[in-house]
Amino acid sequence: MNNSATLIIIEDEAQIRRFLRTTLASEGYQVVEAETGKQGLTEAATRKPDLIILDLGLPDMDGVDVVKGIRAWSHVPIVILSARSQERDKISALDAGADDYLVKPFGVGELLARIRVALRHVSSTVSGEEEGVFAVDELKVDMIHRKVTVSGTEVHLTPIEYRLLTVLVKHAGKVLTHRLLLKEVWGPNYVERAHYLRIYMGILRHKLEKDPARPRFLLTEVGVGYRLAVI
Amino acid sequence: MTDQRPDPDALLEKVQRAESIRRRGRLKIFFGASAGVGKTFGMLLAARERRAEGLDVVAGYVETHKRTETEQLLEGLEVLPPRLVPYRDTQLREFDLDAALKRHPALILVDELAHTNAPGSRHPKRWQDVEELLDAGIDVYTAINVQHIESLNDVVSQITGIPVWETVPDAVLESANEIELIDLPPDELLQRLKEGKVYLPQQAERAAQNFFRKGNLIALRELALRRTADRVDAQMRDYREDHAIQSVWQVKERLLVCIGSGGTAENLVRAAYRLAQLLKAEWIVLYVETAKLQRLSKEQRDAILRTLKLAEELGAETVTLGGHKLAEEVISYALSRNASRIVLGKPTLSGWKRWLFGSLVDTIVRKASDIDIHVVGKESNFLSQARESPYFSRSRLYLGLAPEEQNSLFTWSTAYLWAIVATAICTAIAWLMFDHVDLANLIMVYLLGVVVVASRYGHGPSVLSSLLSVVLFDFFFVPPRFSFAVSDTQYLITFAVMLLVGLVISSMTIRIQHQAKIAGHRERRTASLYAMSRELAATRGEDNILRIAVKHVAEVFEAQAVVLLPDETGRIAYPKSEGTAQSCHGSDLSIAQWVYDHGQMAGQGTDTLPGGEIVYLPLKASSGMRGVLALLPLNPARIALPEQQRLLETFTSQIALALERVRLAAEAQSAQIKMETEQLRNALLSAISHDLRTPLAAIVGASSSLVRDGDRLDRHARNELGQTIYDEAIRMSGLANNLLDMARLEAGAVVLNRQWQPLEEVVGGALAGLTARMVNHPVTVKLSHDLPLVEIDSLLIERVFANLLENAVKYTPPGTPIEISAATGQDELVVTVSDKGAGIPAGEEQRIFEKFHRVDSEGNQGGAGLGLTICQSIVEAHGGRIWADNLSSGGAAFHFALPLSEPPLIEQEEAVPS
Repeated sequence: MNNSATLIIIEDEAQIRRFLRTTLASEGYQVVEAETGKQGLTEAATRKPDLIILDLGLPDMDGVDVVKGIRAWSHVPIVILSARSQERDKISALDAGADDYLVKPFGVGELLARIRVALRHVSSTVSGEEEGVFAVDELKVDMIHRKVTVSGTEVHLTPIEYRLLTVLVKHAGKVLTHRLLLKEVWGPNYVERAHYLRIYMGILRHKLEKDPARPRFLLTEVGVGYRLAVI
Repeated sequence: MTDQRPDPDALLEKVQRAESIRRRGRLKIFFGASAGVGKTFGMLLAARERRAEGLDVVAGYVETHKRTETEQLLEGLEVLPPRLVPYRDTQLREFDLDAALKRHPALILVDELAHTNAPGSRHPKRWQDVEELLDAGIDVYTAINVQHIESLNDVVSQITGIPVWETVPDAVLESANEIELIDLPPDELLQRLKEGKVYLPQQAERAAQNFFRKGNLIALRELALRRTADRVDAQMRDYREDHAIQSVWQVKERLLVCIGSGGTAENLVRAAYRLAQLLKAEWIVLYVETAKLQRLSKEQRDAILRTLKLAEELGAETVTLGGHKLAEEVISYALSRNASRIVLGKPTLSGWKRWLFGSLVDTIVRKASDIDIHVVGKESNFLSQARESPYFSRSRLYLGLAPEEQNSLFTWSTAYLWAIVATAICTAIAWLMFDHVDLANLIMVYLLGVVVVASRYGHGPSVLSSLLSVVLFDFFFVPPRFSFAVSDTQYLITFAVMLLVGLVISSMTIRIQHQAKIAGHRERRTASLYAMSRELAATRGEDNILRIAVKHVAEVFEAQAVVLLPDETGRIAYPKSEGTAQSCHGSDLSIAQWVYDHGQMAGQGTDTLPGGEIVYLPLKASSGMRGVLALLPLNPARIALPEQQRLLETFTSQIALALERVRLAAEAQSAQIKMETEQLRNALLSAISHDLRTPLAAIVGASSSLVRDGDRLDRHARNELGQTIYDEAIRMSGLANNLLDMARLEAGAVVLNRQWQPLEEVVGGALAGLTARMVNHPVTVKLSHDLPLVEIDSLLIERVFANLLENAVKYTPPGTPIEISAATGQDELVVTVSDKGAGIPAGEEQRIFEKFHRVDSEGNQGGAGLGLTICQSIVEAHGGRIWADNLSSGGAAFHFALPLSEPPLIEQEEAVPS
């Protein structure tokens, strides 16, 4: 695999940096390291990276503030690393504009998958591939004809169900927080009514999934939101 | 010969006494027959010898009376400066107890043991100062004359004709370790007196002249010698008991002394005391309060209470009983207490009266066949009058009567007036009936009047009414009418019988009323005690006990009260909680502390600091002092009544017991907590040592192999090692997560983020997280479509599922299925995770939820035994419950129930902007 993308790792723990650097460099990425939030912001401004990996537990500043600082001038994908006790920070960071997250400890496979999804999402947006057909296994969403099929059988969706599905397709592979989905589908007045989302997600699953209790496409990120599987 | 063996109880008592003596200071008394025999001189001589032996000797208080030979002996001894107490125009020199306690010498000299301290001192009497010195472990030398000994006091007064009121209880003398008799033949003493070597106070000069007559001196000398001989005899007996010389072990004697209302009661008590001393017997002084005795005047009742107090001071147990048949009460009580002898006073009635009405002595002698009876002769009575000393006038104050009895002295003139009026009314009624009924029935009207008067106004008025009835009946109705003359002599019999019946009725009515009153009193006492005991038994917590105690004590004793408790360092402190209306304020903590330290009463009406208004009572429980009850009685005299004292003691011991119970409970609880903490710590240590170190060992081993021999290993081996490291690290991560969850749940740091969720989604989340480990276990999810939403924290409930699933995987063989199902019950959603494994061992259904508990602690399932505990904490935080059982078809089932409530409404889609 040969990637020329530049990644910035903002992480204060040397051992984690070492493991990330070794793994990512072997995958062909250009790796820049930053130990603190401030240093990370400086590097992000000067290096023009393709992706930033940000640890939420930095010694000098709040990880959420780092996300906000970067989002003030750039749409560069940000993948967050968080510990188990940082549930709320993680959601705040995602709501502030971070693209995805990984909970420590994580495996290399997971990390690389998230990086690929984030990078691809950027390229698809840039190349204007937004409209078209999304397909994973037997699920096919044809956004030009507003047609959803499972194993070739058309599934009838209500307008809201369809809109929910299209938002997920637009960000396929990325985790979407409850707040973001509620805002996109129902509007800003509905961001606190998470049960709407859960009920509609349940209906969608029953319409699209073979085993709704073990979804293949519409994955639950417990306590955070949902993600549409891309592979 | 088993009889030869000493009684073990007696021996134990002996040892305990010896131990307490070892802790106490030693008391040596220089004992003399009269002033001038050289007690102070002897005492100083002995003290100089001790000092020469190197002992730390201080003269606490020595009265030299300016005698040069005595003063010379004092030279070179350290003398404690006296405490100067202003008294009227002069200053009194008093022994300084606090200075002595502070100086704390090995031996202290304190002269004149019988001295009465100046008003305002800590103790009224010097012997009480000495007691405190001894308690503090200081040895004391002191001196006393025979006339100052309580039990000999009356004898001495009879011999010399001079009353003495500075007395020392015999118990003090008996507790002395040594008594040295300072003896001087009367002739030599008189010679010394002539030479002016004996100190005589100016004002007592004449009395002293009377006192120092040769006859007196001989008698006093005999008393002193006999007293000392008694003591030596007792020591001898002690010695023999110690060494089991005596072949027959004496049965312990018990004397029962019955006192009455007469002036001889005091003499009787003293005589009984001497008898009890001789017999080495316990003695009980009994006063039976019959209806007749209840009608005694205030002075007479005072005298009885004083006698009872004296008996207590002499070491007797005093008992007051109510009843109307004196002899029977005495005998039944004697039998119940197993008394071997009864001591009685000589009957006061004589001749025909005694023959007609009988006497107590005769009745008891006749009825109590198994008990020895001692009858004590009547003695001169002048003592009772002579005893109006300051000390006793004070005693009188606090031996006064209960208020209702003082007030119930019915204004008698009114009562008699009513008696006359009632009889007049009877006459009027009889007048109206005269024409219609027989004369005999008119008598009944009069008798009715007598009954009414007797029941309302007591004995005297009813007797008057009886007499008047006879007179009026005679005058108005018996022919010839309107004259006292009687035509038919038969009427004389009528009059006699009428009078007799009237008198009997009146006395019986009054007796019944008194009985009822006594019973009522006793009933109230018992009821109040019962009420408090019951409330105390039902309560928890020290504050409640204090509140209940104060309430009841205040009610029963008509006082304000407060319970003072010690802090951790044993210092008595004021209560922290706010008082009630019944709380006693202004109690003196230093007195309370003294009471707490010494376990004795103090304050109003006691021997220690009697000046104040508050009484301080120790709260003594079996394991030691619990606190102090301070009482501010409205009527101090009432509290001093012996029966009230006893009731108060019962109350205090009940309160102390309740306090002790609370403390023991608290101790037991803290011990339990400590034990549990200990167990927890051990479990945690073993969890960390075993469950963290095992994967660590694997990781260290595998990674070190990769680092060292990475190049030499083939690809397969490297993958194998890498996989090992990965698996073990994940396992450790799981354990760390559980420990972290547990710690957060325990610390209460978890705030539930409850949201309305479909259960399906949470199950899905949990299954997704466990996919890798569930490969060998097919999981069936049976959730119906119409399950209601539940308001839960999805992250936490996911942990519950994850732990239950992991548990099922851990304890069932590969390939066996696991099933998740849910059903709605009454107000709750019951979720079940069941497996087809071996099931839960019997009796473990509860314990598996305990922290660090593992069904098979030696097994290799790994994990710290926290999973189910975490599940329980989470489910309970949601207001639900969790339990486990075995399925009848085999395998274990874990159930948890989550409460259901009304889910929020959701708008129909048409209404939503699209």
